[in-house]
Amino acid sequence: MSEPILKVENLKKYFPIRGLLRTVGYVKAVDGVSFEINKGETFGLVGESGCGKTTTGRTILRLIEPTDGNITFEGKDVTRLKGEEMKWFRRKAQIMFQDPYSSLNPRQTVFEIIMEPVRFHGIEVDDPEEFVIKLLESVGLNEMHLYRYPHEFSGGQRQRIALARLLALKPEFIVLDEPTSALDVSVQATILNMMKELQREHGFTYLFISHDLGVVKYMSHRMGVMYLGKLVEVGPADKVFENPLHPYTKFLLSAIPVPDPELARELKKQRMKVEGEPPSPINPPAGCRFHPRCPFVKDVCRREEPPLVEVEKDHYVACWLYAKS
Amino acid sequence: MPEPILEVRDLTVHFYTYAGIVKAIEKVSFDVYKGETFALVGETGCGKSVTSRALTQLIESPGRIVGGKVIYHRDDGSTVDLLRLKEEEIREIRGKEIAYIFQDPHASLDPLYTVGYQIAEAMVVHGTVKDWKEGFKRAVDILRRVLIPDPESRVKNYPHELSGGMKQRVVIGIGVSNNPRILIADEPTTALDVTVQAQILDLMNKLKEEYKTTVILITHNMGVVAEMADRVAVMYAGKIVEIGSVDQIFKNPLHPYTQGLLKAVPNPLARIEKLETIPGTVPNLITPPSGCRFHPRCPRVMGICKEEVPKLKEMEPGHFVACHLY
Ligand SMILES: Nc1ncnc2c1ncn2[C@@H]1O[C@H](COP(=O)(O)OP(=O)(O)OP(=O)(O)O)[C@@H](O)[C@H]1O
Ligand SMILES: Nc1ncnc2c1ncn2[C@@H]1O[C@H](COP(=O)(O)OP(=O)(O)O)[C@@H](O)[C@H]1O
Ligand code: SF4
Ligand code: SF4
Ligand SMILES: [Mg+2]
Ligand SMILES: [Mg+2]
Repeated sequence: MSEPILKVENLKKYFPIRGLLRTVGYVKAVDGVSFEINKGETFGLVGESGCGKTTTGRTILRLIEPTDGNITFEGKDVTRLKGEEMKWFRRKAQIMFQDPYSSLNPRQTVFEIIMEPVRFHGIEVDDPEEFVIKLLESVGLNEMHLYRYPHEFSGGQRQRIALARLLALKPEFIVLDEPTSALDVSVQATILNMMKELQREHGFTYLFISHDLGVVKYMSHRMGVMYLGKLVEVGPADKVFENPLHPYTKFLLSAIPVPDPELARELKKQRMKVEGEPPSPINPPAGCRFHPRCPFVKDVCRREEPPLVEVEKDHYVACWLYAKS
Repeated sequence: MPEPILEVRDLTVHFYTYAGIVKAIEKVSFDVYKGETFALVGETGCGKSVTSRALTQLIESPGRIVGGKVIYHRDDGSTVDLLRLKEEEIREIRGKEIAYIFQDPHASLDPLYTVGYQIAEAMVVHGTVKDWKEGFKRAVDILRRVLIPDPESRVKNYPHELSGGMKQRVVIGIGVSNNPRILIADEPTTALDVTVQAQILDLMNKLKEEYKTTVILITHNMGVVAEMADRVAVMYAGKIVEIGSVDQIFKNPLHPYTQGLLKAVPNPLARIEKLETIPGTVPNLITPPSGCRFHPRCPRVMGICKEEVPKLKEMEPGHFVACHLY
């Protein structure tokens, strides 16, 4: 078994809501999330918009400070890193964003975009041009693109440039936050395959955030399902898809439109009906946060929060249908 | 026999920009049958929205409809070419007999007016109700029809007081308020989460069954197509490359582009080792590739493909493809 490279325990991030004079409440964007990611694997994080995926990713990298909880990366307590150690972490743990348009500086050439962080981290390279060309080639671009500006590239090409910039720092862990959501399917397929290929080659560990369940299934070894700031289910991706345990996971999976008309006609009849939309993370429901919408709700669900329990090997769920109160 | 409600022939739209003439859609032809859901699919910029907007002359400068016909079969059996109608005439049909739902619910609703006002307005403008008072009363029914809980109080809400899913329900409500014969929905669920999308698609199906509306659905999501459509037209770079029933398109795709597109979708129910990809990117439409516009990316390209534009050919009943392989 491989070692966890990243361990997240009881992570919380509350954003204050400021009134005229004082804080009047908190957006509980992430509210007690725990999981581990093993070296070289992809951990998928799914859930609907606003459930806290991005906040989880950014807090782990300390791009925003956690409100509470522990983050351990390669045995080091990330929340306490300072100075040289923080710089080391900044290099080893990277993030790639959804928007291929705002993530690259429009006034820099591709060469400058890739070299800037390399210089910042004091990485020695003999021949910068040669170095950048190699990186471009590894993401399917070439030396022709070296001195061009971002506006000359399509969305898919920009995501390749962003990827090349990450690779330059030789990271070990990369948060991919909806990296292909803005792209067309044919371009998405190319980028996803490339990410898998790079992972095989360099042993990268990914936290792959997406609301597209098909993409998460394709990319992930293990995955977690988030609802309103909480992880409700964690397990091997195959098991979560074949045998979803949490009512919310079942609902989410049954809502996916499948690209097969015959199957779609069948599945449509069995689709789970759940009313409404996720409530606000400002005053989340007590007990199980899914209880106001859950077709299986019991008394205890309204009062007490369900613990995360292991139902089959490595497959965890937080739901009173599986736990003893 | 299916009866056509729209017959689109050689529809061509150009945009006259500084960079040059964007040939957004070129000789697009298809029929839409009464009561069906007809899907237009394809990737960004292939011309889905332009096609759907051109059907009722909804093309603004610098764009211009430079050719084609859109024969509309009216309820009384008469036909009319929508592209020949004067602005006042087409405005009577648009929003009433042929209504639109657009992708972004934020942009479709006016933040300054209550949702009740906006639904009532759609009916008042087309004389579906006799006055505003009746309009407001009917607005409550319409909110109920699109399954918004507590419609009596919701009717007084402003758009920002509603969630994304509820806003899209209101937009659909406005769309169906005049009981249109044709509803054109341009990416109606793209801005929504999958669970909300499922609710909205259910709602559209329900309304369609109840009112026998013909739906033209525009989407890039193959899952949504499989679930909703009776027939499908696949577009690439401003041209229709294949038309068929939903089963024909998914089970027996003929065009190399359709085949590639279907294999590039990560199906959540399948175990996929490696997704297939389509090399290259979509061409610019100022100087589109000669002959078949897909030829620079096509794995099966032949000599003739660069020279001659392939025409739509019927390969089995109802299944058309534009490709020199056939
Ligand atoms: N106002 C405009 N000026 C210039 N070109 C335009 C304009 N509107 C559309 N086009 C061009 O027409 C082509 C077709 O655009 P259209 O909006 O129909 O694409 P689409 O298939 O709906 O794409 P999407 O999936 O992104 O909505 C594109 O090349 C687009 O750039
Ligand atoms: N900087 C911020 N200030 C206040 N609230 C925020 C901030 N960032 C995110 N949130 C809120 O936190 C919740 C989770 O957001 P996010 O992590 O972006 O969700 P996701 O990525 O799953 O869509 C949302 O309710 C969002 O509005
Ligand atoms: S804990 Fe109760 S309310 Fe929550 S998902 Fe399980 S059964 Fe439903
Ligand atoms: S016409 Fe030629 S280039 Fe076009 S799709 Fe067919 S085989 Fe490919
Ligand atoms: Mg996000
Ligand atoms: Mg469009």
